[in-house]
Amino acid sequence: MSQTTEPIGSVSPSETASAADGKPLLIVEDLHTSFRTTRGTVRAVDGVSFEVRAGTTLGIVGESGSGKTVLSRSVMGLLPVRDVVRSGTVIFDGRNVTEMSDAELRSVWGAELSMIFQDPMTALNPVKRIGRQITESLRLHLDMDKKEADRTAVELLRSVGIPSPEQRAKWYPFQLSGGMRQRVMIAIALACSPRLVMADEPTTGLDVTVQAQILDLLADLQRDRHMAVILVTHDLGVVANRADEIIVMYAGRIVERAPTAKLFNDTKMPYTQALMDSIPRLSDPSGARLTAIGGRPPDLINPPTGCRFAPRCVYAQDKCRESEPPLRTVGSADHTFACWYPLVDGVSTAPPSSTVAVDLTLSKATTDPSATTQTDTKPADGAPVAEEQS
Amino acid sequence: MGKYLARRAAQLLVVSFIISVLAFLLVHLLPGDPSVTILGTNDTEANRAILFKQLGLDKPLWQQYITWVTAIFHGDLGQSYLNHLPVTQILTTGFPVDLELIVISQIIAFSVAIPLALVVARKPNQPLDTASSTAAFGLLALPPFVVAPIMVAVFAVGLGWFPATGWVPLTQSFTENLHHMILPSLAITAGSIAVYYRLFRSDLIATLQEDFITMARSKGLTNRRIMWRHAFRPSTFSLLAAAGVNIGALIAGTFVVEFLFALPGIGYSLVQAVYQRDYLVVQGISLVVAIAFVLIQFIVDFIFTVVDPRVVRE
Repeated sequence: MSQTTEPIGSVSPSETASAADGKPLLIVEDLHTSFRTTRGTVRAVDGVSFEVRAGTTLGIVGESGSGKTVLSRSVMGLLPVRDVVRSGTVIFDGRNVTEMSDAELRSVWGAELSMIFQDPMTALNPVKRIGRQITESLRLHLDMDKKEADRTAVELLRSVGIPSPEQRAKWYPFQLSGGMRQRVMIAIALACSPRLVMADEPTTGLDVTVQAQILDLLADLQRDRHMAVILVTHDLGVVANRADEIIVMYAGRIVERAPTAKLFNDTKMPYTQALMDSIPRLSDPSGARLTAIGGRPPDLINPPTGCRFAPRCVYAQDKCRESEPPLRTVGSADHTFACWYPLVDGVSTAPPSSTVAVDLTLSKATTDPSATTQTDTKPADGAPVAEEQS
Repeated sequence: MGKYLARRAAQLLVVSFIISVLAFLLVHLLPGDPSVTILGTNDTEANRAILFKQLGLDKPLWQQYITWVTAIFHGDLGQSYLNHLPVTQILTTGFPVDLELIVISQIIAFSVAIPLALVVARKPNQPLDTASSTAAFGLLALPPFVVAPIMVAVFAVGLGWFPATGWVPLTQSFTENLHHMILPSLAITAGSIAVYYRLFRSDLIATLQEDFITMARSKGLTNRRIMWRHAFRPSTFSLLAAAGVNIGALIAGTFVVEFLFALPGIGYSLVQAVYQRDYLVVQGISLVVAIAFVLIQFIVDFIFTVVDPRVVRE
């Protein structure tokens, strides 16, 4: 790896991308996952495509109900057996996960592709010693004998920063704090040195002070083992300096996808901007109200026609409510978004007739102008940006 | 762990004391007395007084209680006013019969309920599940006094596979004894099967929805392994608690079955003694049954500490 001298958590996206070798480790194409319920079919993931290169970090960001958790489970194939319909392809390391038999999946799960769960309080078996919960996959996938597995488990516990791991291995989850449990979970997920780890809101259930520790630990281990990580979170702040690339999801679809710096410096989709604005800042005056996105994500059984974010979007026009914007690129090919009136320098290209024009002044004044590369957009007449090949 | 068990043992002692007081008071608070059974309704008051003096029933209640309890510590539970059999003898002959009945019925109940629940829980709401749940409902609705005559009619009278009544001591012939015990055991096992099956099934289904099961799947474990190594143990809590109460209730609750199959258990002796105001027999049996009940809860609590490590901490 070329960037080993980089401080943890601040890996430059462009460098990593160029350092990553040829083919992506994971290719997801047009993935759909829906659940049959008594009310109707819930389209939790509705046509999602992306790629992850070996050793890199992809952030998947969205509100609760945006389909990000289902997306991560769908990629793994780790879905309930009944009442679930999944289509599309997931190619992991050249193999099609969607066509794998149960036995093939089991040989991949835990060994090459593993998962860190959201809630360390519920994701560890309460009546099994933590050592056992680690050795289980070691013995299954790496054919270790009991002794060797026990020894490796202790080493793993040590590597995730559990003090006196020999004793702790004999403990039960209830004897550990939340942060310690999440460390145990990471030890379990990394036991067999997987090539891709799905971390589904790995720090949501933890104290803020512990969150950073866990994320740093994960970044450390990722660098040492050259793992790819998909970091699923509702908090853009979590992925801001940890992900190489970020996908923003809304109502089961990708609404914006870009390398991290580009996403922050040249936000195109009003939803992404709204998510950014909802992060509280130290520079905000004391007593400033938190910015929230009004309303709720749409019903995934009957999603609205047009842009799914339109009902909550302050810039929404008639066109937004009528037809759905496709994912497209403007300028650089690695930045895609779905918006008829993408933001330019944090300002909407929607016709100014809208009553929300005042809000625009609140938008980011600190946007880095150098990041905006496209000069061919003509926002003045309110016409949509010319659609480009994506 | 040791501390926890010691605390439970202390509780057991206190409960046993309370039970002894209650068992004693209960019979004495019942209207009527043993003189009616012994002397008949037409005897004189004088004779009655003599009898009371003989039996020690003329003394104040608290004195009678102390006499009774002191004797217990010497292994003497007194004797029946009517046939003068020592209460300990009634217990030692009757209790093993009930114990055997309970053990056989529970073995049957667990070996039907648990495998069935394990199979069904993996695919709930399938035809097998619907059928089993309906059957379990039916079994629950059928008390032993309905099940027993039907079974006697079919398996004893009709098919002649098993004897309709009677009992052979275990010491005399093991197979003969078992042969006589099958039908009575089946008669009381029905309710247990239904309760155990329904509890274990729903707990298993709930456990299988837990995050840690998805976590186990994500490790690449087989369904079989997940079922046995991850889902089984955390799903047994309600089953254990229910089994404790159920087995306890069966100790003195097998009266109907004992009566129908003419088994010499203590349930039958107890009911008879209550009718005849045979105080010492009622007291003795109640005390032993109650202590057995508490002991079973104690054992269940102990099993809990093994099954669920979290119990010890609280």
